[in-house]
Amino acid sequence: MIKLENLTKIYPDGTVAVKEMSFEVKEGELCVFLGPSGCGKTTTMKMINRLIPITSGKIYIDGVDNTKIDESELRRNIGYAIQEIGLFTHMTVGQNIETVPALKGWTKTERRKRAEELLELVRMNPDEFIDKYPNELSGGQRQRVGVARALGADPPILLMDEPFGAIDPINRVELQSEFLKIQQKIKKTIIFVTHDIYEAIKMGDRIALMKEGKLVQYDPPANLLYRPKDEFVEGFVGADRALKGLQLLRVKEVMTSPPPTAKVEERVEVIRERMEQEGIDSFPVVENSGKLIGLVAESDLGKGKVVKDIIIPSSTTCTVNAVLNEALSVMLSSGLKTLPIVSEDSKLEGVLTFDAIQKALHEAVQTGEKK
Amino acid sequence: MLEAWEFIVRRPELLAEWVVAHLWIIFVAITIAVILGVILGIYITGKGKEQIADTVLYLAEIMMTVPSLALFGLLMLLLGSIGLKAIGFLPAVIALIVYGQLPILRNTYTAIQAVDPAMIEAGKGMGMNEKQILFKIKLPLAVPVIMAGLRNAIVLIIGIAAIAALIGAGGLGSPIFRGLRNARMDLIIIGGVSVSILALIVDSLMALVERRVTPKGLKVKQ
Repeated sequence: MIKLENLTKIYPDGTVAVKEMSFEVKEGELCVFLGPSGCGKTTTMKMINRLIPITSGKIYIDGVDNTKIDESELRRNIGYAIQEIGLFTHMTVGQNIETVPALKGWTKTERRKRAEELLELVRMNPDEFIDKYPNELSGGQRQRVGVARALGADPPILLMDEPFGAIDPINRVELQSEFLKIQQKIKKTIIFVTHDIYEAIKMGDRIALMKEGKLVQYDPPANLLYRPKDEFVEGFVGADRALKGLQLLRVKEVMTSPPPTAKVEERVEVIRERMEQEGIDSFPVVENSGKLIGLVAESDLGKGKVVKDIIIPSSTTCTVNAVLNEALSVMLSSGLKTLPIVSEDSKLEGVLTFDAIQKALHEAVQTGEKK
Repeated sequence: MLEAWEFIVRRPELLAEWVVAHLWIIFVAITIAVILGVILGIYITGKGKEQIADTVLYLAEIMMTVPSLALFGLLMLLLGSIGLKAIGFLPAVIALIVYGQLPILRNTYTAIQAVDPAMIEAGKGMGMNEKQILFKIKLPLAVPVIMAGLRNAIVLIIGIAAIAALIGAGGLGSPIFRGLRNARMDLIIIGGVSVSILALIVDSLMALVERRVTPKGLKVKQ
């Protein structure tokens, strides 16, 4: 648990970077520091591990004043990942990840074992990567190693300063989702600095929106979107806040399940009848095991006798844990009006339709405004 | 040319003596120059020392421009006035240290300045202290550039050391100046060619060392 109390930072030249900031980050929560550049988010974060000295006010970590803890000791127990990553280019991936364990005096075997575990965690094959050098990795891989390194000695707290900021948009979304999965496993208390509202909404359990060194609103993402405290917040979340809210919903909360399905040997007449009944223009086709193998569309029904003849082998799907805006963009780009939703092992779990999305969004906005 | 060869065949022990004397002066001078240059170079990269760094580098550059003959003369006067041996080994070594300073100092300074600030920030953030950052991050990354400076310095002072014969330091300058005084072309050739060959050999040896000490991670392709 991290508690900020009247935290203030004034630089020698008189600039007030952070002013009387007070709030609490709960254990196991991912707290996003959000705001335009110069709002004090990075300064606030760096005062937690004392990379920037505090002018006045206090930061308590599990009830202990952080200025009372030895500086190196404090930092070795707080994971630290930055946008530029800063991997040590003269050390291997393994040695990089082992940095903090080495500083803490772990034995070589303990360290190596930990590095292997962490590489597995960030989904990099230890055998392949542990002895590689940072210059041999892609940007995304370096970022993963950076995260693994921050987790080196299993610190209870993690500070991340725009950790995915330098990655191209496609890889960034993937890394974000992966990191969320990791966080579900490791349950760290995380401070995550970003200026990207989409990232904040997707990642944060709670968002601290800052402006000119002051805390403007500290709330879960839904409240920030649907109950903005003032005009600044409203402006910052943007007029398209309903669309941004898509990120707060997961596919599994919105999809139709169990879904209507078709089998390869079913006759088209039967399918046509069922489609009319359900008001859906395509059915996912599954094997007996429940594994998705394709789609059958209403417009193709005249072209064959059984489903097998007219099946569209489809690889366009979304997983149950995807957020709604990812699913929506898949639907828009593929032209599918009915998107099959699969589990991690590609079993069909449900279908997602535009109607369902619209309904869910409408409900979210209404409950948000009523609160 | 032929006479020079005949001389070597006749008096190989003389050539060996010159070479050994030359190498010894270089060795002593460069050892001290490296220690001084690297320590000073690290020192002036410290926080708030930008002013000192500028001054030190400027001074080192000025020293480089002083003609070697003048510097030898100056040192003779200086050492003589404080009662030290004014000719021979001591002034020669001191002058060579001065000339070897700039490449080593400048390269150490630039190499450490050039270390990616993100690495230092990451190191600090993970709880490394100043000493650990210097020895685990800055120096390993700076070593190849420092070595390049060292190579520069050695080749430079191998040449300048020949002039040190004028103040009685011996070495490969001896045959050159003897040849000049007595119009003995063979001696001039022996001295001159030996200095060049020595410089080439030492330089390629240093190139090997430079490769050896470069961290593997910096050699891999991007």
